[in-house]
Amino acid sequence: MTNSAVYLDHAATTDLNPAALSAMTEQFAHTGNPSSLHGAGRRANRVIDEARTKIAGVAAAHPTEVIFTSGGTESDNLALKGLFWNRTEKNPEARSILVAGIEHHAVLDTVAWLETHENATLLWMPVDADGVLDLQAAEELIEANHERIALGTLMWANNEVGTIEPIAAFVALAAKYQIPVHSDAVQAFGTVPTDFAASGLATMAISAHKVGGPVGIGGLLVRRDIVLMPVQHGGGHERKLRSGTLNAASAAGFAAAATAVQANLDAESKRLSELRDYAVQRIAQSIPEAVLNGPRDALNEGKRLPGNLHFTFPECEGDSLLFLLDMFGIASSTGSACTAGVPQPSHVLVAMGRDARSARSVQRFTLGHTSMREDVDILLEALPEAYQRAKKAGMAADESSIHTAGTGFTR
Amino acid sequence: MKVLAAMSGGVDSAVAAARAVEAGHDVVGVHLALSRMPGTLRTGSRGCCTVEDSNDAWRACDKLGIPYYVWDFSDRFAEDVVQDFVDEYEAGRTPNPCMRCNEKIKFAALLEKALALGFDAVCTGHYAKVLRDESGNPELHRAADWAKDQSYVLGVLTHQQLEHCMFPLAETPSKAEVRAEAEARGLTVANKPDSYDICFIPDGDTRGWLAERIEMKPGDIVDQDGNQLGEHEGAQAFTVGQRKGLRLGRPASDGKPRFVLEIRPKDNKVIVGPEALLAVDELRGIRISWAGVPIPAVLTGEEFDCMVQVRAHGDPVTAKARMERADGSEVLVVQLPEGMRGVAPGQTMVVYQETRVLGQATIDSARSSAWDPASVL
Repeated sequence: MTNSAVYLDHAATTDLNPAALSAMTEQFAHTGNPSSLHGAGRRANRVIDEARTKIAGVAAAHPTEVIFTSGGTESDNLALKGLFWNRTEKNPEARSILVAGIEHHAVLDTVAWLETHENATLLWMPVDADGVLDLQAAEELIEANHERIALGTLMWANNEVGTIEPIAAFVALAAKYQIPVHSDAVQAFGTVPTDFAASGLATMAISAHKVGGPVGIGGLLVRRDIVLMPVQHGGGHERKLRSGTLNAASAAGFAAAATAVQANLDAESKRLSELRDYAVQRIAQSIPEAVLNGPRDALNEGKRLPGNLHFTFPECEGDSLLFLLDMFGIASSTGSACTAGVPQPSHVLVAMGRDARSARSVQRFTLGHTSMREDVDILLEALPEAYQRAKKAGMAADESSIHTAGTGFTR
Repeated sequence: MKVLAAMSGGVDSAVAAARAVEAGHDVVGVHLALSRMPGTLRTGSRGCCTVEDSNDAWRACDKLGIPYYVWDFSDRFAEDVVQDFVDEYEAGRTPNPCMRCNEKIKFAALLEKALALGFDAVCTGHYAKVLRDESGNPELHRAADWAKDQSYVLGVLTHQQLEHCMFPLAETPSKAEVRAEAEARGLTVANKPDSYDICFIPDGDTRGWLAERIEMKPGDIVDQDGNQLGEHEGAQAFTVGQRKGLRLGRPASDGKPRFVLEIRPKDNKVIVGPEALLAVDELRGIRISWAGVPIPAVLTGEEFDCMVQVRAHGDPVTAKARMERADGSEVLVVQLPEGMRGVAPGQTMVVYQETRVLGQATIDSARSSAWDPASVL
């Protein structure tokens, strides 16, 4: 499916589930706008309705709580802006947002936009060295500011280091003052249990392509008593929260993929976490200086995403390692890159207390439903040499040892 | 060979990479991110590390069927090129940031990383030649097309750096041919405008850019005899040879225009005088490097005939040069029998014999036998 023989970047996107492909192929052949009132429209609407019901089932939500969007980023935008605008409309004083520095850019940049353009105040909640929310600090922030807090946001699981956050405990703290909480569950949904009804969350963002569905569709789960101000206006689709003609084929693909992962969730979680821990142990032996970032979870107790491996490889640029592994046919990730493709120091690691220099020396390997033991073995074989070479290439910020005209010159 | 093609997003580097691929090398394309604010949009023909340049480089690599990466050298670029540029101007000198980038970034930071990661050479779209002598040592020569020749900005490369350079455009008769070749190869950058000016000053306003970074103080403009003629708003904003913008109320006694002869940041003085005094006949260069194995006269200290060029597109002039060693420091002393006009300290002089680049030095002082600047106190 990819140009890489060994694909270890399933957190970026994963292989299309065959069930999703066949569901979409079938629907692409049909005409019909789900909003139309004739037979073709009703047929398309049935596809949407069935998809909505299936996805709600996987997320433990009511079907009316599922709002289809274009993906995780749009869902985060709709939730955060929608909650903020709705809350401030009722109480103009309530402009503070509880947020942690480990969030995905879809959340970080949205709250930063609200700060710049809507006069929001960001209350930064600290995380520990593993990236887990500091609940005591969060509680103190809530106690001191609850009258001014519009909403809180906490990702279910971190996309870089795989840390699973204490959603229930955080929601409980916020619930004391009826503060609505949003969660970006894009990485968690379909990988670990994400029970929306039991969570007490106001909203939860999910995405199709992370679970084997198509790119370009996602969902926002919106609790029935929650009112959001829409971001996108038009024909009033999706409880008037998200206008735009619904994509029946993609919804069917999303539902098929979500259903498939749900059916296999426990077994797959066990399989991937064993594969993950096997790699953690072997890397600890072959590269003793490598540091595993995020919590250890040898018993698969739900502290870390089962398929996530994230290491700091000291004194080497993440992009050097990525390049060398890519040359071996192994696909990995350094974290986030800007629009020009420039690798950035990981803001997640910085939030976890690491310095900017070491935050550039990271590499993420994420396993998914097509990952096999052989994939991990190929990585384990290539990694030590790649690391030695990458370390030799040094850090981009350091002065080169190449002899140049200016070497030794002092002004 | 494993070749790293440095891809700027322009037509030259794209065609250079294409030729390296065609020559049978194992090529990987790398775009350098040099700006602290990546992801901005290109305006006109200027800008570096823009989304367009990165995309254009990616599309060229995709067309050539080679992998593509963006590597971040923004920290080193900020220190070695941008800050150096500011420091040099602050000291009253006129630096060439493109040379510094070749010296410190493309053929040092990038080259070192490339070698460590298993590459044998860095390939760029520069118009220059690397030839080998009988013993196999590299020599740097002018490109076939003298109008496009870029050997001047590469004059700073050392033996070690030249060992790993690849310039596939060396023998190209003209830029038009490169564009035609790009078109024929289906490269979308075939008609992209040439970049010029300084990439990190996007609007091209060097003076305005410097004024935001250097503290400018008003001071005196004096003539070659030390007479005060007027005031300036900051000595660092002037360049040797400059005529316009002096705003002197009083005309010269002979009625002829006056030119900037010297900038003295320490006294915050700008010295002006008649055109005749712009001519210098001796250059003293420091921070010397040799492009490959130095010729014997360099080591013996004997005088040798050469041609000297002080600007990227300046004309080379006849010269006699010799190495002077004193107190452990080396100075390249160059006599110019025909003289040279408007040379500023900080500029690089590249020394040629025929087409070969012997080496280079940074001009520390430029003297005229007609006028001793020390006479102005």
